[in-house]
Amino acid sequence: MLILVAFAVGEGALPIFSQEGFQFITGTDWNAVYGRESFGALPYIIGTLLSSAIAMAIGVPISLGIAIFVTEMAPHRISTPLSFVVELLAAVPSIIYGLWALFVFRFWIRDLIERPLYEHLSWIPFFDKTPFGLDIFTAGIVLSIMIIPIISSITREILRVVPNSQREAAYSLGATRWGTLRTAVFPYARSGILGASFLGLGRAIGETILVTMIIGNAIGPAAIPTTLFSQGQSLASLIANEFNEAASDLHLSALIGLGAILLLLSMVINIGARLMVSRMVKAVPGGRE
Amino acid sequence: MPAKETIKPVSEATGPMGESSPLKEISVRTVETTKRIDEPQRRSKVSIKGINAWFGSKQALKNINLEIEENAATAFMGPSGCGKTTLIRCLNRMHEMTPGAKANGQVILDGIDIYDKSIDPVVIKRRIGMVFQKPNPFPTMSIFDNVAAGLKLNGVKDKKLIKEIVEESLEGAGLWEEVKNELDKPGMGLSGGQQQRLCIARALAMQPEVLLMDEPTSALDPIASFKIEELVHQLKKHLTIIIVTHNMQQAARVADHAAFMYLGEMIEYGKTLQIFQYPKQELTEKFVSGKFG
Repeated sequence: MLILVAFAVGEGALPIFSQEGFQFITGTDWNAVYGRESFGALPYIIGTLLSSAIAMAIGVPISLGIAIFVTEMAPHRISTPLSFVVELLAAVPSIIYGLWALFVFRFWIRDLIERPLYEHLSWIPFFDKTPFGLDIFTAGIVLSIMIIPIISSITREILRVVPNSQREAAYSLGATRWGTLRTAVFPYARSGILGASFLGLGRAIGETILVTMIIGNAIGPAAIPTTLFSQGQSLASLIANEFNEAASDLHLSALIGLGAILLLLSMVINIGARLMVSRMVKAVPGGRE
Repeated sequence: MPAKETIKPVSEATGPMGESSPLKEISVRTVETTKRIDEPQRRSKVSIKGINAWFGSKQALKNINLEIEENAATAFMGPSGCGKTTLIRCLNRMHEMTPGAKANGQVILDGIDIYDKSIDPVVIKRRIGMVFQKPNPFPTMSIFDNVAAGLKLNGVKDKKLIKEIVEESLEGAGLWEEVKNELDKPGMGLSGGQQQRLCIARALAMQPEVLLMDEPTSALDPIASFKIEELVHQLKKHLTIIIVTHNMQQAARVADHAAFMYLGEMIEYGKTLQIFQYPKQELTEKFVSGKFG
């Protein structure tokens, strides 16, 4: 199946790669006007990676916190409803998040987070742009909300299968609750937690409609983010934006080319994650998985 | 800890034997006679006073009273589900970490009640080590790090000191000769019996005063079990050992004192020899002669 998809995408992208060559990846122009066509994907690759990185930076720690709270700390009567609510978040379609972000959440982010950051920390290049609310930063935050349920529920299950004998081993050495987490639970679960995080990352990279609605949809060199508050564009969102109005075969091929890059990107991340996990498991003879 | 005091809880207990008063009379008299042949009295390290324990609403231990002698091995035995594991887990406050489990009563370690409200259960576990049924080394850690885990958890930073204690502990657990050239190999690469001795070394590294062993050989083959038993003989010279076992032969081999439990009650407690040769309670007699359990 994957091979079929990869083949179709590769074939569709062939014209653009033969036209632009390596320029397609490193170029920044995006011009679909007939006769002056020029396509470069670099801004969107950056936009994709940056928004996903923000999502991970915010989402992973919060997910870990939720999973630890639910499995290791909270009494049963709190942990059950809490994990139910978090899981419910996973059931919300991404377009709903997009609408909510577009009409409500982006103003909160703009007024409560971006403005203060801009006013006080604009000497840091990241924050040196008048915030508008529809930008890479907002997209990253909303993406993080979207991946938190996935990462936290998988992490929760992983923490749950850490045998109690491991926890008791640490407790019997006079470990505090935190010491037990650090000594017994995390090392045992780390490959699984890593896997969960990469699953979330895969979701964030490929997410289309939500990002399209809030990332700002910049085009061409302007889509290279100079600050976190720049309008950007991700690979997936550009495809969604322009697929219906692709003016020429070359334009269409360029969009498919973006798809090819996206596919490659997710594959590389996935395989990288696998390798990391398997190396960790190998370090533990008799370890799980 | 005169033997009379030891046996008192038994007559007080409202166990299956509690109602038969003639038997009670006999047991008290027997105690008087055994007292005279006792060797010079040794100190009591742990006194268990009126321990009750529950899982949810099910009572697992009913008013257990016991004196554990210092630098000796005491065995808790009894059929499955008799509460012997629960009892040993009450002695370092591990029992209450199971969701829904609770315990009350007193466990006095050198004059301090570990169930006192002012006592931090974390600190107690540093003084009372524990070895579990199944060997449970930390799978991601090397042999060295496994033994050093407790020290690191308690903030010991001095590398030289850690190294010394690790070596001592591995020697104490009879594992040093076997692993001294592969300390950085994963602990999980060892055989089951070695893993269990690694866990013992890990507990010894905390320099505990009491070592609780919860059926430490139940997952091991006879030769590995034998090594652990040998180890108990060595360790009890300097350490108070409490060992749970469902294996009567093992209790007879390693323990100076033995306690027989049934359905959450302490049926009989005394010198191992006495328990096996002259049990005072009918139930004990049935158990040690292999009629049930």
